[in-house]
Amino acid sequence: MTLQKVKGTPVALEGDRAVAEAMRQMNPDVVAAYPITPQTEIVMRFSDFVASGEVETEFIPVESEHASMSACIGACAAGGRVQTASAGAGIALMWEVLWVASGSRLPIVMHVVNRSLSAPLNIHCDHSDSMGMRDAGWVQLYDEDVQEAYDNAIQVVRIAEHPDVLLPTIHALDGFILGHSVERVELLPDEAVQEFIGTYTPVHPLLDVDHPVTYGPMDLQDYFFEHKRQQAEAMVRALDVVAQVSREFGELTGRSHGLVEGYRLEDADYVTVALGSTVGTIKTAVDLMRDQGVRAGLLKIRCFRPFPAEAVAQALAGKKAIAVLDRSLSFGAQVNPLYLEVIASLYTHGFAPKAVNYAYGLGGRDTIPAQICEIYQELIRIDGEGITGPILRYLAVRD
Amino acid sequence: MGCDSSNTISISGLSKIKGWREIPIGGVIADAGNSQEYETGGWRSFRPIWDEGKCNNCKVCWVYCPDGSIRVRDGVVAGIDLNHCKGCGICAKECPQGAIEMVEESKAEEKVRQ
Repeated sequence: MTLQKVKGTPVALEGDRAVAEAMRQMNPDVVAAYPITPQTEIVMRFSDFVASGEVETEFIPVESEHASMSACIGACAAGGRVQTASAGAGIALMWEVLWVASGSRLPIVMHVVNRSLSAPLNIHCDHSDSMGMRDAGWVQLYDEDVQEAYDNAIQVVRIAEHPDVLLPTIHALDGFILGHSVERVELLPDEAVQEFIGTYTPVHPLLDVDHPVTYGPMDLQDYFFEHKRQQAEAMVRALDVVAQVSREFGELTGRSHGLVEGYRLEDADYVTVALGSTVGTIKTAVDLMRDQGVRAGLLKIRCFRPFPAEAVAQALAGKKAIAVLDRSLSFGAQVNPLYLEVIASLYTHGFAPKAVNYAYGLGGRDTIPAQICEIYQELIRIDGEGITGPILRYLAVRD
Repeated sequence: MGCDSSNTISISGLSKIKGWREIPIGGVIADAGNSQEYETGGWRSFRPIWDEGKCNNCKVCWVYCPDGSIRVRDGVVAGIDLNHCKGCGICAKECPQGAIEMVEESKAEEKVRQ
Protein backbone atom coordinates (compact mmCIF):
# COMPACT_ATOMS: atom_id res chain seq x y z
CA MET A 1 0.00 0.00 0.00
CA THR A 2 1.22 3.51 -0.78
CA LEU A 3 0.07 6.11 1.64
CA GLN A 4 -0.40 9.85 1.37
CA LYS A 5 1.18 11.80 4.17
CA VAL A 6 -1.43 13.24 6.51
CA LYS A 7 -1.15 16.19 8.84
CA GLY A 8 -1.19 15.33 12.53
CA THR A 9 -2.56 17.45 15.34
CA PRO A 10 0.03 18.38 17.96
CA VAL A 11 -1.20 17.96 21.53
CA ALA A 12 0.39 17.64 24.98
CA LEU A 13 -0.31 14.20 26.41
CA GLU A 14 1.06 11.72 28.92
CA GLY A 15 2.14 8.38 27.50
CA ASP A 16 -0.81 6.52 28.96
CA ARG A 17 -3.24 9.09 27.58
CA ALA A 18 -1.62 8.91 24.16
CA VAL A 19 -2.07 5.12 24.14
CA ALA A 20 -5.69 5.49 25.25
CA GLU A 21 -6.23 7.97 22.38
CA ALA A 22 -4.76 5.46 19.93
CA MET A 23 -7.09 2.79 21.31
CA ARG A 24 -10.07 5.12 20.90
CA GLN A 25 -9.11 5.76 17.30
CA MET A 26 -8.65 2.02 16.62
CA ASN A 27 -12.00 1.17 18.23
CA PRO A 28 -11.20 -2.52 18.98
CA ASP A 29 -14.02 -5.07 19.17
CA VAL A 30 -13.11 -6.15 22.69
CA VAL A 31 -10.92 -4.76 25.45
CA ALA A 32 -10.59 -6.85 28.62
CA ALA A 33 -8.36 -5.23 31.18
CA TYR A 34 -7.60 -4.85 34.86
CA PRO A 35 -6.08 -1.65 36.22
CA ILE A 36 -2.55 -1.70 37.63
CA THR A 37 -0.18 1.20 38.23
CA PRO A 38 1.36 2.65 36.06
CA GLN A 39 -0.97 1.41 33.33
CA THR A 40 -4.22 2.32 35.13
CA GLU A 41 -4.67 5.56 33.25
CA ILE A 42 -4.94 3.72 29.92
CA VAL A 43 -7.79 1.54 31.14
CA MET A 44 -9.40 4.43 33.03
CA ARG A 45 -9.39 6.73 30.00
CA PHE A 46 -10.49 3.99 27.66
CA SER A 47 -13.42 3.03 29.87
CA ASP A 48 -14.45 6.71 29.71
CA PHE A 49 -14.55 6.40 25.93
CA VAL A 50 -16.68 3.28 26.26
CA ALA A 51 -19.06 4.96 28.73
CA SER A 52 -19.46 8.07 26.58
CA GLY A 53 -20.07 6.03 23.43
CA GLU A 54 -16.95 7.27 21.63
CA VAL A 55 -16.03 3.68 20.84
CA GLU A 56 -18.15 0.63 20.08
CA THR A 57 -15.83 -1.65 22.04
CA GLU A 58 -17.17 -4.36 24.34
CA PHE A 59 -15.25 -3.53 27.51
CA ILE A 60 -14.85 -6.41 29.97
CA PRO A 61 -13.81 -5.23 33.45
CA VAL A 62 -12.33 -8.46 34.79
CA GLU A 63 -11.28 -9.61 38.27
CA SER A 64 -7.58 -10.16 37.52
CA GLU A 65 -4.97 -10.11 34.79
CA HIS A 66 -5.17 -13.87 34.39
CA ALA A 67 -8.83 -13.28 33.63
CA SER A 68 -8.15 -10.31 31.34
CA MET A 69 -5.79 -12.27 29.13
CA SER A 70 -8.13 -15.28 29.22
CA ALA A 71 -11.03 -13.08 28.11
CA CYS A 72 -8.84 -11.64 25.35
CA ILE A 73 -8.00 -15.16 24.19
CA GLY A 74 -11.66 -16.15 24.03
CA ALA A 75 -12.68 -12.95 22.26
CA CYS A 76 -9.83 -13.18 19.76
CA ALA A 77 -10.53 -16.86 19.03
CA ALA A 78 -14.14 -15.84 18.45
CA GLY A 79 -12.85 -13.56 15.71
CA GLY A 80 -12.57 -10.14 17.34
CA ARG A 81 -9.89 -7.49 17.24
CA VAL A 82 -8.80 -7.52 20.85
CA GLN A 83 -6.58 -5.37 23.04
CA THR A 84 -5.54 -5.10 26.66
CA ALA A 85 -3.01 -3.21 28.75
CA SER A 86 -0.97 -4.24 31.76
CA ALA A 87 2.20 -3.77 33.78
CA GLY A 88 4.54 -5.46 36.24
CA ALA A 89 2.77 -7.93 38.50
CA GLY A 90 -0.22 -7.90 36.18
CA ILE A 91 1.88 -9.40 33.41
CA ALA A 92 3.36 -11.86 35.88
CA LEU A 93 -0.15 -13.02 36.77
CA MET A 94 -0.90 -13.45 33.06
CA TRP A 95 2.12 -15.68 32.53
CA GLU A 96 0.31 -18.96 31.96
CA VAL A 97 -2.15 -17.52 29.48
CA LEU A 98 0.42 -15.43 27.61
CA TRP A 99 1.60 -18.74 26.19
CA VAL A 100 -1.94 -19.82 25.33
CA ALA A 101 -2.41 -16.60 23.33
CA SER A 102 0.78 -17.09 21.31
CA GLY A 103 0.46 -20.87 21.01
CA SER A 104 -3.09 -20.45 19.68
CA ARG A 105 -1.73 -17.81 17.25
CA LEU A 106 -4.13 -15.11 18.40
CA PRO A 107 -3.10 -11.58 17.34
CA ILE A 108 -3.96 -9.90 20.63
CA VAL A 109 -2.37 -6.51 21.27
CA MET A 110 -1.16 -5.57 24.73
CA HIS A 111 -0.02 -2.08 25.68
CA VAL A 112 2.61 -2.63 28.36
CA VAL A 113 3.64 0.12 30.75
CA ASN A 114 6.86 -1.22 32.26
CA ARG A 115 6.96 -1.72 36.01
CA SER A 116 9.31 -3.65 38.27
CA LEU A 117 8.29 -6.92 39.90
CA SER A 118 7.84 -7.28 43.65
CA ALA A 119 9.38 -7.87 46.16
CA PRO A 120 10.27 -5.42 47.58
CA LEU A 121 7.17 -3.61 46.40
CA ASN A 122 7.89 -0.98 43.76
CA ILE A 123 5.58 0.57 41.21
CA HIS A 124 8.27 2.28 39.11
CA CYS A 125 9.90 1.40 35.85
CA ASP A 126 12.18 -1.39 34.92
CA HIS A 127 11.85 -4.05 32.24
CA SER A 128 11.53 -7.13 34.47
CA ASP A 129 7.92 -7.55 33.36
CA SER A 130 8.30 -7.51 29.58
CA MET A 131 11.72 -9.18 29.64
CA GLY A 132 10.16 -11.81 31.87
CA MET A 133 7.77 -12.65 29.01
CA ARG A 134 10.44 -12.58 26.31
CA ASP A 135 10.24 -16.33 25.66
CA ALA A 136 6.43 -16.41 25.66
CA GLY A 137 6.09 -16.03 21.89
CA TRP A 138 4.94 -12.40 21.76
CA VAL A 139 6.36 -9.85 19.35
CA GLN A 140 7.90 -6.98 21.36
CA LEU A 141 8.50 -3.36 20.45
CA TYR A 142 9.93 -0.75 22.85
CA ASP A 143 8.95 2.92 22.80
CA GLU A 144 11.52 5.69 23.12
CA ASP A 145 9.14 8.56 23.81
CA VAL A 146 5.44 9.36 24.02
CA GLN A 147 5.20 9.89 20.27
CA GLU A 148 6.57 6.40 19.69
CA ALA A 149 4.20 4.98 22.31
CA TYR A 150 1.33 6.38 20.23
CA ASP A 151 2.87 5.35 16.90
CA ASN A 152 3.74 1.84 18.07
CA ALA A 153 0.32 1.35 19.68
CA ILE A 154 -1.12 1.64 16.17
CA GLN A 155 1.55 -0.33 14.32
CA VAL A 156 1.42 -3.38 16.59
CA VAL A 157 -2.12 -4.11 15.38
CA ARG A 158 -0.90 -4.39 11.79
CA ILE A 159 2.06 -6.53 12.86
CA ALA A 160 0.05 -8.92 15.02
CA GLU A 161 -2.69 -9.43 12.44
CA HIS A 162 -0.41 -9.81 9.41
CA PRO A 163 -1.12 -13.21 7.80
CA ASP A 164 2.60 -14.06 7.89
CA VAL A 165 2.72 -13.38 11.63
CA LEU A 166 -0.53 -13.96 13.57
CA LEU A 167 1.21 -13.58 16.89
CA PRO A 168 0.21 -11.55 19.93
CA THR A 169 2.23 -8.36 20.18
CA ILE A 170 3.22 -5.82 22.79
CA HIS A 171 4.75 -2.42 22.70
CA ALA A 172 6.25 -1.27 25.97
CA LEU A 173 6.56 2.23 27.35
CA ASP A 174 8.53 2.99 30.49
CA GLY A 175 6.25 3.38 33.49
CA PHE A 176 5.98 6.97 34.79
CA ILE A 177 8.99 8.09 32.70
CA LEU A 178 6.77 7.93 29.60
CA GLY A 179 3.46 6.71 31.00
CA HIS A 180 2.91 9.72 33.26
CA SER A 181 5.06 12.35 31.52
CA VAL A 182 3.52 14.98 29.30
CA GLU A 183 5.20 15.34 25.94
CA ARG A 184 4.30 16.85 22.62
CA VAL A 185 2.54 14.23 20.48
CA GLU A 186 1.12 14.44 17.01
CA LEU A 187 -2.16 12.59 16.78
CA LEU A 188 -3.35 11.33 13.43
CA PRO A 189 -6.92 11.97 12.28
CA ASP A 190 -9.22 9.13 13.40
CA GLU A 191 -9.92 8.09 9.79
CA ALA A 192 -6.20 7.85 8.99
CA VAL A 193 -5.69 5.48 11.91
CA GLN A 194 -8.69 3.38 10.93
CA GLU A 195 -7.55 3.22 7.33
CA PHE A 196 -4.00 2.30 8.37
CA ILE A 197 -5.07 -0.63 10.53
CA GLY A 198 -7.83 -1.72 8.13
CA THR A 199 -10.32 -4.40 9.03
CA TYR A 200 -9.33 -7.67 10.65
CA THR A 201 -10.32 -10.90 8.94
CA PRO A 202 -9.69 -13.80 11.30
CA VAL A 203 -8.57 -17.11 9.79
CA HIS A 204 -10.51 -19.48 12.05
CA PRO A 205 -13.16 -17.49 13.96
CA LEU A 206 -15.08 -19.60 16.45
CA LEU A 207 -18.25 -17.64 15.71
CA ASP A 208 -18.24 -18.80 12.08
CA VAL A 209 -20.77 -21.56 12.72
CA ASP A 210 -20.63 -22.73 9.11
CA HIS A 211 -16.96 -23.68 9.59
CA PRO A 212 -16.73 -25.12 13.10
CA VAL A 213 -13.22 -25.37 14.53
CA THR A 214 -11.65 -26.50 17.79
CA TYR A 215 -9.24 -24.24 19.72
CA GLY A 216 -6.90 -25.51 22.41
CA PRO A 217 -7.04 -29.27 21.93
CA MET A 218 -4.59 -31.69 23.51
CA ASP A 219 -1.46 -31.79 21.38
CA LEU A 220 1.02 -34.46 22.39
CA GLN A 221 4.35 -35.95 21.27
CA ASP A 222 3.21 -36.29 17.67
CA TYR A 223 2.35 -32.65 16.76
CA PHE A 224 3.17 -30.26 19.64
CA PHE A 225 6.74 -29.73 18.40
CA GLU A 226 5.50 -29.03 14.84
CA HIS A 227 3.20 -26.32 16.19
CA LYS A 228 6.11 -24.76 18.10
CA ARG A 229 8.19 -24.91 14.91
CA GLN A 230 5.43 -22.92 13.16
CA GLN A 231 5.52 -20.31 15.93
CA ALA A 232 9.29 -19.97 15.58
CA GLU A 233 8.88 -19.45 11.84
CA ALA A 234 6.17 -16.83 12.35
CA MET A 235 8.59 -14.92 14.59
CA VAL A 236 11.24 -14.99 11.88
CA ARG A 237 8.72 -13.68 9.33
CA ALA A 238 7.67 -10.94 11.77
CA LEU A 239 11.05 -9.22 11.24
CA ASP A 240 10.15 -8.18 7.69
CA VAL A 241 6.62 -7.30 8.74
CA VAL A 242 7.78 -4.98 11.56
CA ALA A 243 10.11 -3.23 9.09
CA GLN A 244 7.43 -3.01 6.37
CA VAL A 245 4.73 -1.66 8.69
CA SER A 246 7.24 0.89 9.97
CA ARG A 247 7.96 2.02 6.40
CA GLU A 248 4.26 2.38 5.63
CA PHE A 249 3.71 4.32 8.85
CA GLY A 250 6.59 6.54 7.74
CA GLU A 251 4.79 7.29 4.47
CA LEU A 252 1.74 8.30 6.46
CA THR A 253 3.43 10.35 9.17
CA GLY A 254 7.06 10.97 8.25
CA ARG A 255 8.01 8.93 11.34
CA SER A 256 9.63 5.54 10.79
CA HIS A 257 11.98 3.83 13.24
CA GLY A 258 12.48 0.39 11.68
CA LEU A 259 13.91 -2.53 13.65
CA VAL A 260 16.93 -0.68 15.05
CA GLU A 261 18.03 2.90 14.75
CA GLY A 262 21.47 4.46 15.04
CA TYR A 263 22.22 7.85 16.56
CA ARG A 264 25.55 9.36 15.44
CA LEU A 265 26.49 5.73 14.99
CA GLU A 266 28.13 5.54 11.59
CA ASP A 267 31.52 6.99 12.52
CA ALA A 268 31.25 6.12 16.21
CA ASP A 269 33.98 4.15 17.98
CA TYR A 270 32.25 3.83 21.33
CA VAL A 271 28.68 2.63 21.26
CA THR A 272 25.94 2.01 23.77
CA VAL A 273 23.00 -0.24 22.96
CA ALA A 274 19.68 0.29 24.73
CA LEU A 275 15.90 0.24 24.42
CA GLY A 276 13.05 2.23 25.92
CA SER A 277 13.09 5.81 27.18
CA THR A 278 16.76 5.72 28.21
CA VAL A 279 17.56 5.95 24.51
CA GLY A 280 16.55 9.61 24.72
CA THR A 281 18.84 10.18 27.72
CA ILE A 282 21.71 8.51 25.87
CA LYS A 283 21.25 10.82 22.87
CA THR A 284 21.96 13.77 25.18
CA ALA A 285 25.03 11.98 26.53
CA VAL A 286 26.24 11.19 23.02
CA ASP A 287 26.01 14.88 22.10
CA LEU A 288 27.91 15.84 25.26
CA MET A 289 30.67 13.32 24.44
CA ARG A 290 30.81 14.45 20.82
CA ASP A 291 31.26 18.03 22.07
CA GLN A 292 34.37 16.74 23.87
CA GLY A 293 35.64 15.15 20.69
CA VAL A 294 34.74 11.56 21.62
CA ARG A 295 33.26 9.48 18.84
CA ALA A 296 30.28 8.28 20.82
CA GLY A 297 27.25 6.66 19.28
CA LEU A 298 24.06 4.83 20.11
CA LEU A 299 22.22 1.83 18.73
CA LYS A 300 18.57 1.84 19.72
CA ILE A 301 16.71 -1.46 19.64
CA ARG A 302 13.08 -0.86 18.73
CA CYS A 303 12.17 -4.48 17.99
CA PHE A 304 13.37 -6.93 20.65
CA ARG A 305 11.24 -9.94 19.64
CA PRO A 306 12.01 -11.08 17.02
CA PHE A 307 15.56 -9.92 17.61
CA PRO A 308 17.03 -8.24 14.52
CA ALA A 309 20.37 -10.02 14.78
CA GLU A 310 21.70 -9.18 11.34
CA ALA A 311 20.87 -5.47 11.60
CA VAL A 312 22.50 -5.33 15.05
CA ALA A 313 25.64 -7.13 13.89
CA GLN A 314 26.00 -4.87 10.87
CA ALA A 315 25.44 -1.74 12.95
CA LEU A 316 28.07 -2.74 15.52
CA ALA A 317 30.69 -4.32 13.25
CA GLY A 318 34.09 -2.70 13.68
CA LYS A 319 33.22 -0.67 16.76
CA LYS A 320 36.04 -0.30 19.31
CA ALA A 321 34.02 -0.90 22.47
CA ILE A 322 30.36 -1.48 23.25
CA ALA A 323 28.22 -1.16 26.36
CA VAL A 324 24.81 -2.82 26.38
CA LEU A 325 22.34 -1.43 28.90
CA ASP A 326 19.78 -3.72 30.52
CA ARG A 327 16.92 -2.47 32.67
CA SER A 328 16.31 -5.95 34.11
CA LEU A 329 18.29 -8.70 35.76
CA SER A 330 18.35 -12.33 34.75
CA PHE A 331 19.48 -13.62 38.12
CA GLY A 332 22.22 -16.22 37.89
CA ALA A 333 22.86 -15.58 34.22
CA GLN A 334 26.32 -14.30 33.34
CA VAL A 335 24.73 -11.24 31.76
CA ASN A 336 21.26 -9.82 31.09
CA PRO A 337 18.75 -10.23 28.24
CA LEU A 338 19.70 -7.45 25.81
CA TYR A 339 23.44 -8.02 26.19
CA LEU A 340 22.93 -11.72 25.57
CA GLU A 341 21.07 -11.03 22.32
CA VAL A 342 23.60 -8.46 21.13
CA ILE A 343 26.60 -10.67 21.83
CA ALA A 344 24.93 -13.69 20.21
CA SER A 345 24.17 -11.56 17.12
CA LEU A 346 27.79 -10.39 16.90
CA TYR A 347 29.26 -13.86 17.46
CA THR A 348 27.04 -15.56 14.89
CA HIS A 349 28.05 -12.93 12.33
CA GLY A 350 31.76 -13.32 13.02
CA PHE A 351 32.43 -10.31 15.24
CA ALA A 352 33.93 -10.25 18.72
CA PRO A 353 34.29 -6.64 19.86
CA LYS A 354 35.02 -5.64 23.44
CA ALA A 355 31.63 -5.40 25.08
CA VAL A 356 30.34 -4.98 28.61
CA ASN A 357 26.89 -5.11 30.17
CA TYR A 358 25.39 -2.46 32.44
CA ALA A 359 22.35 -3.19 34.57
CA TYR A 360 20.64 0.12 35.31
CA GLY A 361 17.50 1.87 36.44
CA LEU A 362 15.87 -0.94 38.43
CA GLY A 363 12.76 0.06 40.32
CA GLY A 364 12.73 3.44 38.58
CA ARG A 365 16.24 4.48 39.68
CA ASP A 366 16.93 7.65 37.75
CA THR A 367 19.36 7.37 34.87
CA ILE A 368 20.96 10.66 33.86
CA PRO A 369 23.27 11.76 31.03
CA ALA A 370 26.27 12.11 33.40
CA GLN A 371 26.07 8.37 34.19
CA ILE A 372 25.98 7.52 30.50
CA CYS A 373 29.00 9.79 29.92
CA GLU A 374 30.86 7.74 32.53
CA ILE A 375 30.03 4.63 30.55
CA TYR A 376 31.59 6.20 27.44
CA GLN A 377 34.70 7.08 29.49
CA GLU A 378 34.90 3.46 30.59
CA LEU A 379 34.57 2.32 26.95
CA ILE A 380 37.52 4.53 26.02
CA ARG A 381 39.52 2.95 28.86
CA ILE A 382 38.47 -0.56 27.80
CA ASP A 383 39.54 0.19 24.24
CA GLY A 384 43.02 1.06 25.47
CA GLU A 385 43.54 -1.37 28.33
CA GLY A 386 41.13 -4.19 27.57
CA ILE A 387 38.26 -5.27 29.78
CA THR A 388 39.28 -5.41 33.40
CA GLY A 389 36.79 -6.26 36.09
CA PRO A 390 33.49 -7.97 35.53
CA ILE A 391 31.57 -8.03 32.23
CA LEU A 392 28.39 -7.16 34.15
CA ARG A 393 28.42 -3.84 35.97
CA TYR A 394 25.74 -2.05 37.97
CA LEU A 395 25.08 1.59 37.09
CA ALA A 396 24.43 4.02 39.95
CA VAL A 397 24.12 1.45 42.72
CA ARG A 398 25.56 2.60 46.05
CA ASP A 399 28.40 0.48 47.41
CA MET B 1 13.15 -48.22 15.50
CA GLY B 2 16.93 -48.41 15.80
CA CYS B 3 18.81 -45.29 14.68
CA ASP B 4 16.18 -44.07 12.23
CA SER B 5 15.84 -40.40 13.19
CA SER B 6 13.32 -39.46 10.53
CA ASN B 7 10.44 -39.66 13.00
CA THR B 8 8.16 -41.05 10.34
CA ILE B 9 6.87 -43.79 12.57
CA SER B 10 3.48 -42.98 13.96
CA ILE B 11 3.80 -42.84 17.72
CA SER B 12 0.17 -42.54 18.57
CA GLY B 13 -1.76 -44.29 15.87
CA LEU B 14 -2.15 -41.54 13.27
CA SER B 15 -2.39 -43.03 9.85
CA LYS B 16 -0.32 -40.28 8.19
CA ILE B 17 1.94 -37.99 10.16
CA LYS B 18 2.38 -34.52 8.63
CA GLY B 19 5.14 -31.91 8.67
CA TRP B 20 4.90 -28.46 10.28
CA ARG B 21 4.18 -26.72 6.99
CA GLU B 22 1.12 -28.92 6.30
CA ILE B 23 -0.90 -28.47 9.48
CA PRO B 24 -3.19 -25.64 10.61
CA ILE B 25 -1.50 -23.10 12.91
CA GLY B 26 -2.11 -22.78 16.61
CA GLY B 27 -3.17 -26.39 17.13
CA VAL B 28 -6.54 -25.44 15.67
CA ILE B 29 -8.59 -28.37 14.43
CA ALA B 30 -10.18 -26.91 11.33
CA ASP B 31 -12.16 -29.96 10.17
CA ALA B 32 -15.10 -31.15 12.20
CA GLY B 33 -15.43 -34.86 12.94
CA ASN B 34 -11.86 -35.82 12.15
CA SER B 35 -11.41 -37.88 15.30
CA GLN B 36 -12.26 -40.83 13.07
CA GLU B 37 -8.78 -40.47 11.55
CA TYR B 38 -7.22 -40.84 14.96
CA GLU B 39 -7.05 -44.54 15.66
CA THR B 40 -7.00 -44.99 19.40
CA GLY B 41 -7.44 -48.78 19.36
CA GLY B 42 -3.74 -49.18 20.08
CA TRP B 43 -4.25 -47.76 23.59
CA ARG B 44 -6.33 -50.80 24.58
CA SER B 45 -5.10 -53.37 27.10
CA PHE B 46 -8.46 -55.14 27.50
CA ARG B 47 -10.61 -56.02 24.49
CA PRO B 48 -14.41 -56.23 24.58
CA ILE B 49 -15.58 -59.57 23.17
CA TRP B 50 -19.20 -59.36 22.06
CA ASP B 51 -21.37 -62.48 22.17
CA GLU B 52 -23.97 -62.08 19.44
CA GLY B 53 -25.97 -65.00 20.90
CA LYS B 54 -26.53 -63.26 24.26
CA CYS B 55 -27.17 -59.78 22.75
CA ASN B 56 -30.82 -58.65 22.58
CA ASN B 57 -30.03 -55.40 20.71
CA CYS B 58 -31.09 -53.11 23.55
CA LYS B 59 -28.11 -50.90 22.50
CA VAL B 60 -27.32 -49.74 26.04
CA CYS B 61 -23.67 -50.31 25.05
CA TRP B 62 -24.08 -47.91 22.09
CA VAL B 63 -25.54 -45.26 24.42
CA TYR B 64 -22.73 -45.56 26.96
CA CYS B 65 -19.68 -46.01 24.72
CA PRO B 66 -17.69 -42.73 25.07
CA ASP B 67 -15.95 -43.28 21.73
CA GLY B 68 -18.83 -44.27 19.48
CA SER B 69 -17.16 -47.62 18.94
CA ILE B 70 -20.27 -49.82 19.02
CA ARG B 71 -21.17 -50.58 15.41
CA VAL B 72 -24.88 -50.51 14.63
CA ARG B 73 -26.25 -51.37 11.18
CA ASP B 74 -29.96 -51.17 10.32
CA GLY B 75 -30.82 -50.78 14.00
CA VAL B 76 -28.95 -53.93 14.99
CA VAL B 77 -25.66 -54.19 16.92
CA ALA B 78 -23.04 -55.30 14.40
CA GLY B 79 -19.88 -55.55 16.49
CA ILE B 80 -17.19 -53.30 17.93
CA ASP B 81 -14.90 -50.87 16.10
CA LEU B 82 -11.56 -52.06 17.43
CA ASN B 83 -9.65 -49.32 15.56
CA HIS B 84 -11.12 -46.77 17.97
CA CYS B 85 -12.18 -48.76 21.08
CA LYS B 86 -9.81 -47.83 23.94
CA GLY B 87 -10.93 -50.77 26.05
CA CYS B 88 -12.48 -48.76 28.89
CA GLY B 89 -14.95 -51.58 29.63
CA ILE B 90 -18.02 -49.39 30.19
CA CYS B 91 -20.00 -51.42 27.62
CA ALA B 92 -19.25 -54.67 29.45
CA LYS B 93 -20.19 -53.13 32.79
CA GLU B 94 -23.47 -51.69 31.52
CA CYS B 95 -24.68 -54.56 29.29
CA PRO B 96 -27.84 -55.97 30.99
CA GLN B 97 -27.41 -59.30 29.18
CA GLY B 98 -23.75 -59.86 30.08
CA ALA B 99 -23.07 -60.13 26.36
CA ILE B 100 -19.74 -58.29 26.45
CA GLU B 101 -16.66 -59.65 28.21
CA MET B 102 -13.38 -57.78 28.68
CA VAL B 103 -10.40 -59.99 27.85
CA GLU B 104 -6.71 -59.14 28.08
CA GLU B 105 -5.41 -58.20 24.64
CA SER B 106 -2.72 -60.89 24.78
CA LYS B 107 -5.41 -63.54 25.27
CA ALA B 108 -8.11 -61.99 23.09
CA GLU B 109 -7.23 -63.70 19.81
CA GLU B 110 -7.40 -67.09 21.52
CA LYS B 111 -10.73 -66.21 23.10
CA VAL B 112 -12.19 -65.09 19.77
CA ARG B 113 -11.20 -68.45 18.19
CA GLN B 114 -13.01 -70.44 20.94
